[in-house]
Amino acid sequence: MATITLDNLAHSYLPDPKTPEDFALKELNHDWADGEAYALLGSSGCGKSTLLNIISGLLIPSQGRVLFDGRDVTTAPTADRNIAQVFQFPVVYDTMTVRENLAFPLRNRGMEAEEIARRVGRVGTMIGMEAELDRKARGLTADAKQKISLGRGMVREDVNALLFDEPLTVIDPHMKWELRTQLKKLHRDFGHTMIYVTHDQTEALTFADKVVVMYDGRVVQIGTPQELFERPAHTFVGYFIGSPGMNLFDATLDGRQARIGDATVDLGAAFRHRGPVQVGVRPEFIRLATGGEGIPARLRRVEDVGRHKIVRLNVGGTEVSAIADEGEAIPADTDRIRFAPGAVNVYADAWRLTPEGGDAR
Amino acid sequence: MKKTVNQKAWFLVLPVLVLVAFSAVIPLMTVVNYSVQDTFGNNQFFWAGLAWFDDMLHSDRMWNALGRQMTFSAIILAIEVPLGIFVALNMPKKGFWSSFCLVTMSLPLLIPWNVVGTIWQIFGRVDIGLLGHTLDAMGIDYNYTQNILDAWVTVIVMDVWHWTSLVALLAYAGLRSIPDAYYQAARIDQASRWAVFRYIELPKMAGVLMIAILLRFMDSFMIYTEPFVLTGGGPGNATTFLSIDLVKMALGQFDLGPAAAFSLMYFLVIMAISWVFYTVMTTLDAREGK
Repeated sequence: MATITLDNLAHSYLPDPKTPEDFALKELNHDWADGEAYALLGSSGCGKSTLLNIISGLLIPSQGRVLFDGRDVTTAPTADRNIAQVFQFPVVYDTMTVRENLAFPLRNRGMEAEEIARRVGRVGTMIGMEAELDRKARGLTADAKQKISLGRGMVREDVNALLFDEPLTVIDPHMKWELRTQLKKLHRDFGHTMIYVTHDQTEALTFADKVVVMYDGRVVQIGTPQELFERPAHTFVGYFIGSPGMNLFDATLDGRQARIGDATVDLGAAFRHRGPVQVGVRPEFIRLATGGEGIPARLRRVEDVGRHKIVRLNVGGTEVSAIADEGEAIPADTDRIRFAPGAVNVYADAWRLTPEGGDAR
Repeated sequence: MKKTVNQKAWFLVLPVLVLVAFSAVIPLMTVVNYSVQDTFGNNQFFWAGLAWFDDMLHSDRMWNALGRQMTFSAIILAIEVPLGIFVALNMPKKGFWSSFCLVTMSLPLLIPWNVVGTIWQIFGRVDIGLLGHTLDAMGIDYNYTQNILDAWVTVIVMDVWHWTSLVALLAYAGLRSIPDAYYQAARIDQASRWAVFRYIELPKMAGVLMIAILLRFMDSFMIYTEPFVLTGGGPGNATTFLSIDLVKMALGQFDLGPAAAFSLMYFLVIMAISWVFYTVMTTLDAREGK
């Protein structure tokens, strides 16, 4: 087990990168604390897998260093890093039985037969395949194969880190939940550093202690699920996390107030910034009103999604979403929205502005 | 489900039936016809029953030819399959050199059999051939027209030169279809190079390799032109394989009866061996699929 440090790391798949756009992974400094469970969240092609492959040694970065507990392993082969990685598409060794598949990483490391049998038995139970240990891996369903891939990662107990590259994409929803629970349990029992790549926010938020959000080759925010929800550091985080994502309003700043269209909104804190900004408010914090104060809005439609209602409104030509309780009546003459106090974030050039005097805790 | 019964549907099968009859069944039947008759010329034929088959089964000539044929096929399979895999494993994976290798390796496959025989016939000559002359100059006593071993080595090297590319290209196609994730997972699992080959590459190539083996077996078992042009079946009968012997018997000696019996047995042997191959392939597939 180890703390993994990324020092000045960047990677480009081009031989001679010049502009920042050439980099699949833009410059990055970060410590992955020993024993924490991280989720690496972002849309497809944002550099998540690149980052993972650099950590596991499948890829040598174009610049910067990777340190394990201070030891430079940037160019060390995968074998020297003692890392387990599970890929998006299941990899099984077709001609081997399930048992041999699970034992393979241990056998390659020359472990004793008794110890192998013990661990394989345990992992077999963990992935719910103890009855199928002696059949050939070929011809199993995709999710059974993926369970074997996961098992091959979990069977190694002494790894520095366990990396998962969207491992549950091919697995059906019920089993997904089950396996994720198993992974969490594994994390509690053994305390491995785990990095879990996904583009599914639910998966990320339920799995991880800390979520790392990536956008366009850059890490835009690292934080607990709650921080990501309450104070998205970048408009992408606001948009990507939450369902529906954060609403953004073009605005101009005036001390503690912001002007959105013809309306004025109290921000609850003073900001110092010249030029146009955007005000971000999550749908959970938008209140509907009829008349009185607030931003003029026109009701478009109401979607009942079961536990709550999503109200779609039109504010000065842009669509805005609000979330209302299941039991709450939505009056047809709703024509104003207001923001709940303390739930407003201000963004300039897509990055969040810190209010004067710092964030209130 | 309720099926409609309409016996006229049989007419739909008719075109295929006619085609197969003309292309295969009728020619085959003329051979069957000859194999059970004897002739003293003058286009007069007599019923001979199974005498020719009996003759052939007790003919040393045929057993020897079959033995040589088996040996030849076994040797070239034993060389071409591993060599083809080895070449495929070492070919560049992408870029210019990959295409270059593919094209270069396909070239021998495009050369007509006759030409291949002629190329090697000249190549191996001691007086003017590059290979023969070089070996001679190095003090190696090489003469494929006189020495049985030299003749065999030349025929085998010629076949390896001509056909290893086929195995290599098929194996290469099999290798290219393996997703990168397999190699990455193997690195994570710390698999040795041998283990990668044994547990990833070989199983993924198994399908195309079986096809390659079947093709190479059938082709080599029917080989005629190349050794005929190169050695003419000699020295003596040393490189007289089944086809060469059959042609000698049918067209050289005009022994139509025995030749017909011979060719039917030849045909049955190929069918039988191909059937065994096929059965082994499919049962292996089915067993592993369970």
